[in-house]
Amino acid sequence: MSAVLKSREFILAVALAVAVVVIGIYQPVFVEWENLSDMLTETSVLFMMAMAQMVVILTRGIDLSVAANLALSGFLAALVSQYYPGLPLVLMILVAILSGLVFGMVNGALVAVLGIPSIVVTLGTLAVYRGMIIIIAGGDQVNASEMGVSFQAFPKDSFLGLTTPIWITIVVAILFWVFLNFTRTGRGFYAVGGNPVAARYCGIDQGKQEFLAYSISGAVSGLCGYLWVARYGIAYSEIASGYELTVIAACVIGGVSIGGGVGTVAGALLGALFLGIVNTALPVLQITPFWQMAISGAVILAAVVINARAERSPDKLILPEARRLGRARP
Amino acid sequence: MPTEERYVVLDQPPRRLSAILLRWEVILVILLMLTVVVNAIVSPYFLDVYNLADATSNFSEKAIIALAMALLILVRDIDLSVAAIIALAAMAIGYAADAGFGAPVLFAVGIGVGLLCGIFNGFLVTYIRLPSIVVTIGTMSLFRGLTQVILGDQALTHYPQGFLNLGQNYFIPFVKTDIPWLFVPPVPLSFLIFLVLAAIFGIVLHKTAVGRQLFAIGSNPVAARFSGIPVDRLRFILFVLSGALSGLAGALLAARLGSMRSNIAFGWELDIVTMVILGGVSIAGGIGSILGVFLAVLVLGLVTFGMSLNNIPGQVVSVYTGALLIAVIAIPRIFERIRPGGG
Repeated sequence: MSAVLKSREFILAVALAVAVVVIGIYQPVFVEWENLSDMLTETSVLFMMAMAQMVVILTRGIDLSVAANLALSGFLAALVSQYYPGLPLVLMILVAILSGLVFGMVNGALVAVLGIPSIVVTLGTLAVYRGMIIIIAGGDQVNASEMGVSFQAFPKDSFLGLTTPIWITIVVAILFWVFLNFTRTGRGFYAVGGNPVAARYCGIDQGKQEFLAYSISGAVSGLCGYLWVARYGIAYSEIASGYELTVIAACVIGGVSIGGGVGTVAGALLGALFLGIVNTALPVLQITPFWQMAISGAVILAAVVINARAERSPDKLILPEARRLGRARP
Repeated sequence: MPTEERYVVLDQPPRRLSAILLRWEVILVILLMLTVVVNAIVSPYFLDVYNLADATSNFSEKAIIALAMALLILVRDIDLSVAAIIALAAMAIGYAADAGFGAPVLFAVGIGVGLLCGIFNGFLVTYIRLPSIVVTIGTMSLFRGLTQVILGDQALTHYPQGFLNLGQNYFIPFVKTDIPWLFVPPVPLSFLIFLVLAAIFGIVLHKTAVGRQLFAIGSNPVAARFSGIPVDRLRFILFVLSGALSGLAGALLAARLGSMRSNIAFGWELDIVTMVILGGVSIAGGIGSILGVFLAVLVLGLVTFGMSLNNIPGQVVSVYTGALLIAVIAIPRIFERIRPGGG
């Protein structure tokens, strides 16, 4: 019990709850269900992307191409909706997920098979994926009027009082939780990131785990690409520009260690929720939205400082570098 | 295998032609020549001194920062906050210009702001001991966020003419002689600074003890510390250097553009990292050369320039540079796999 109370996720959850209550006292409109529902819907993409990014970070990797993948997959789905409006919606969503999966598998193959550092691979594919939108469309964009009606209506629908993006987030979160905690492959991500050598002696295939991590990250980016494009009713090359760093920030705030092997689904969700609350609370508190970025920057720094203090083990080493490097080798 | 072989220190292995040809710098030189030849054939405007001089000013600011980034990546660190420092520095310069200061003070303000940002990064990384990638993602948001808070959606446009001249005119004018091939090309200030800094960085990294120490840190930080190298002090200095050069680049960029908004240089950090990695600096640390970075800067700059001459939009250019980055690193690895024991 005390372990739960001391856990980083619990502390973060309490801090968020306090923040919501305090903001609610100043501005009761903030804690009205409608506002909270809007916030969760708005943040649903970040929730899912943070969980997927966490899987990659667990394996000591990083996926900088997620936002570009999101834009390209969403754009492809929007194109399908524009030119084949008769197709069932499920197929259009599948187009987004599958194209995202393929782009993720490209990353995975380059990282796992050729052993190129993930930051190099995803930096390259980031540029390639985003540019491909221009090459495919010749600079055109897909507007709301050109997309199908059901294509755009789906993310705005409600079911049992929750919007569809929230339902999708819940389902994806449960899948991630079960997968990462109760399956051999899911635990493999922690093993590979925690100690690659030991994982190898246990018979865990590092390459397979890495390939899987980037594939998952890609598929989730594709799904989020559909949600993004359908919700905002526009698809072009600049969508979600720079969003990859927001996703990584959510992971960092949620206590996912960039050194690999450390992170939980709850942590990633709470990190994303934090950024979601900051984004929604500022307008409610009548603070200019220009504060958004500065606040998330300050919080990221505070979170890593706190996490570093919590992780510091009591054992004594001659050289602190040795311990730090043993833990945080990129 | 007899045990005493463990203690035999081998001489440098004999140089093989294939090893020389597969050196990173040689690959880059070939790429550079290919770029120049293809572009010269495709567009008659490519080999024009004025066009080339203008092309250099488009990448020189990034290239200046790439020099510091190369050293950071060499010692296993990274600084993703450089573009945000540009924004903060350019804003400080804008307000200093409003207060009526001249060009020298404005440049000093830019470098000073960058220096402070670099000290902050270096403090968090080396003193609080946090991973640099996380710290600089945080400070990237923080610095860019501060710019947004202070500036909002305004633009700063009142820079003194003497300051703008430094960014928009040629620092060295075009000098022709009677012999057609003998001339002094026009050189913008930013490119001249890059050339001078590249020479200094190259000498320091490859010809001095400090340079060898940086390689040692990158190869094995723990062993480097045990051998008496002030690892944290050097890493701190590199972060400060990266900040100061970002501030300088911010000044040059503000002078070239003549205005700044809070989104100035947005996304540059990844362009700069691309330059460094294409230059052959290993992200795992300990491997790299300034010559490689210099060549990669020219390759990327001239590819971008050549494509823009043919009206290819910037994002399509980035498809080629992104693919180039992956291909250049992937192809030697594929060769190593095909030819076991070689490479």
